Amino acid sequence: MSSVTQKQPLSDGPDWSFELLGQYQAEIDRVAKLYKLDTYPNQIEVITAEQMMDAYSSVGMPIGYNHWSYGKKFIQTEQNYKRGFMGLAYEIVINSNPCIAYLMEENTMTMQALVMAHACYGHNSFFKNNYLFRTWTDASSIIDYLVFAKQYLSHCEEKYGISEVEDMLDSCHALMNYGVDRYKRPQKISMDEEQKRQKDREAYLQSQVNQLWRTIPNKGDLSAEHEYRFPSEPQENILYFIEKNAPLLKPWQREVVRIVRKISQYFYPQKQTQVMNEGWATFWHYTILQHLYQENLVTDKFILEVLHNHTNVVYQPEYHSKYYSGINPYALGFAMFTDLRRICEQPTAEDKEWFPDIAGSNWLETLHFAMQNFKDESFISQYLSPKVIRDFHLFAITDDDRESTLEVSAIHNAEGYQQIRQTLSAQYNLSNIEPNIQVYSADITGDRSLTLRFIPNQRIPLADNFQQVLKHVHRLWGFNVQLEQLNDDGTVKLLGSCPL
Amino acid sequence: MAHFIDRRLNGKNKSAVNRQRFIRRYKQQIKQAVSDAISKRSVTDINSGEKVSIPGKDITEPFFHQGQGGHRERVHPGNDQFSTGDKIKRPQGGQGSGSGQGDASADGEGEDEFVFSISKDEYLDLLFEDLELPNLKKNQLDKLVQYKNVRAGFRSEGVPTNIDIVRSLQGSLARRVAMTAGKKRELHELQAQLARIEAEPVPDQHQLMALREQIALLEKRIDAVPFIDSFDLRFRNFQKRPEPTSKAVMFCLMDVSGSMDQATKDMAKRFYILLYMFLSRSYKNVDVVYIRHHTQAKEVDEQEFFYSQETGGTIVSSALKMMADIIKDRYDPAEWNIYAAQASDGDNWADDSPQCADLLAQQILPFVRYYAYIEITPRPHQSLWLEYEKLQQSFDNFAIQPIRQVADIYPVFRELFKKQAA
Repeated sequence: MSSVTQKQPLSDGPDWSFELLGQYQAEIDRVAKLYKLDTYPNQIEVITAEQMMDAYSSVGMPIGYNHWSYGKKFIQTEQNYKRGFMGLAYEIVINSNPCIAYLMEENTMTMQALVMAHACYGHNSFFKNNYLFRTWTDASSIIDYLVFAKQYLSHCEEKYGISEVEDMLDSCHALMNYGVDRYKRPQKISMDEEQKRQKDREAYLQSQVNQLWRTIPNKGDLSAEHEYRFPSEPQENILYFIEKNAPLLKPWQREVVRIVRKISQYFYPQKQTQVMNEGWATFWHYTILQHLYQENLVTDKFILEVLHNHTNVVYQPEYHSKYYSGINPYALGFAMFTDLRRICEQPTAEDKEWFPDIAGSNWLETLHFAMQNFKDESFISQYLSPKVIRDFHLFAITDDDRESTLEVSAIHNAEGYQQIRQTLSAQYNLSNIEPNIQVYSADITGDRSLTLRFIPNQRIPLADNFQQVLKHVHRLWGFNVQLEQLNDDGTVKLLGSCPL
Repeated sequence: MAHFIDRRLNGKNKSAVNRQRFIRRYKQQIKQAVSDAISKRSVTDINSGEKVSIPGKDITEPFFHQGQGGHRERVHPGNDQFSTGDKIKRPQGGQGSGSGQGDASADGEGEDEFVFSISKDEYLDLLFEDLELPNLKKNQLDKLVQYKNVRAGFRSEGVPTNIDIVRSLQGSLARRVAMTAGKKRELHELQAQLARIEAEPVPDQHQLMALREQIALLEKRIDAVPFIDSFDLRFRNFQKRPEPTSKAVMFCLMDVSGSMDQATKDMAKRFYILLYMFLSRSYKNVDVVYIRHHTQAKEVDEQEFFYSQETGGTIVSSALKMMADIIKDRYDPAEWNIYAAQASDGDNWADDSPQCADLLAQQILPFVRYYAYIEITPRPHQSLWLEYEKLQQSFDNFAIQPIRQVADIYPVFRELFKKQAA
């Protein structure tokens, strides 16, 4: 570093050019390596606003199969954008290898640099190193898989009609959150393999299903098998259960279920690492660009524009603001990573008490460790420091529908830190947010009806629209579907069934 | 380590398929919205799309999510007044402002209306979908022919006003050159000879005389060539070329007596829109004249035509009379292609019907390209229809059709214009 010669600062635009993009990227890359950011190779694509809206509406999938709901989202996005209700994101980044990042052509040179530091080094290194992404997704095969899915579905549309395929997709989308393996690791396969396997699978799956349903219902044996329940244990992956066991689905329909399930699985880690992922990327665009500024490689004008945008991104409206819509993951994540670095570099007595292991340790190693081994829930319960709680003025509210008032259960004081940390952590626990609904039984010897069981968390009921979702389950299963609720006292209540 | 790709030139409209899927799925709702919108549009407005709005609840995608109630703990930022143990009144609307994970309400039941724009083509497709609209381009209306003088080269006869001076003088010059060139050459030779002889020490006077005489004769002959001759004259030539006129006027006649309700009028409106589209494909500009009538006829603007309600009896002849007058005043049948469409529910004052038939036969049908009468009613025909039926036999540019519902419009339209199709 000592040999760094006084260089001319890079042009601050405002117009960008590919040459300039390349120069900035090279400098950012150099600094990122100093901070040991380990990334997939970057593929940076410049796109128009319309293409950005396209990317939006297909949840950031670069290659999506066709479905009306994406059309709806596109129309919505376009309307909002045209009326000026919303700006478009400056970037979208895709967890793939190479890591694809989209830059919008409207951005100034400064914004392009910020976006590259944020997406191509921040998010990219997170995708590559966080344990959830490492376990659940396979960045090298996702693009191939999406290509396969698109081809397969358009092939199905030709063969069975658009409506048939659309019905299947509608039903699967309704259950998308219940298409995730929480414990089993998905296997990695490439597209060629996937196609080969898909043919074998059709035949194999159908034979398995036939096995299961082969026996003609026999009333006589009923008493003997009274204790036997299928599945023997409740299944949380409803789509998987349907794919493997629904009696009437045709092989291609099972494949459609599988495609939706796989894509849901792919996005599952993103849902669980919002705070960390955005916080990490924000921390690094800030740190890298500041580093460039220290080296005199960027101008004052450049860094002011960066700071202006950075401040907007990490703005946290207070609870009574009309802009308040919950905690801003960028703000919280950035504050936590920044504070983590402070704890390592300038620990206070409080830090030494709360974080004896890391206070005074090497900050870079500590941050990398935190990024690699946690998800939002555990990250907050491990690293949310009293200082961040104080800075945000966090307070916890208990809302119990049996009480007539809300109660402030903890505030940002010594007695409250621990509870706020726990409550906030639980707030990011997916199993607290998504209703716990599992496949409880399938009556394979009787009327073939399927029973789903809902177990409320903290007595929070299911939203009223479950009847519509049941219709979708019924379409997939083909026979009666019931939804029951298991209450705290062990009683079981029938919530609804389809057909009614 | 990184490479850049410029995707901006990649195809636009990547989402077009998804958009079509969306419109396909919600066709019923969108069509309803389009039907509602037709009442807000002008007959002549066929070049713009339409903003449609469909109920938001119809397009939600359901999924299992948490409802309200139960026991919740939430962390919020920005504490400015609370201490542990404070009790707060429950804010209106249940569980307060919710969390940042607001999955439940992001796409939920919140939206009332989903508003978006459809393009012109999408609009027309939806509007006329039930009408099985064929390719109108194939149909060529037979148009009124006008003659126009166009330049067609030059000719050697004509009236003095059409003389083309440049051409004529070119001819003159050419002729003069042709007629004098040989003589001038001879003259030059003689003059040279003369000069030679004169230069001799002792000129031969006799020879000089002869040469001078010859020269004088030649000069005289050269002078005798006229500067301009009738043979040189060129006249601009004009030809009459037949040209179909691009002017058309469409008369919309409608009964607005109390018996015509808004639904019937909207049906008539579609018919007029269809006719307008049909005509505007054939003619550069199409005028539209709206005449509404009950017992009296009045020329009105479009808004009043469709949306003002009048009560009272019905005298159809008043409208026909007015149309005939307007044609006389403003639309010379030699210049304008006149089309007329009359919509009615069939009611007319019984004594008036024969008068209508007379008026049509005498003053209207001989001058119009086409006259269509549509009767929008589920009831049996009355006197007007019967009179018109008689008339139909003697005029082939006159057509009458009954319409019972919207779906009948196109078949009727096709029926009406079948004869006109080349």
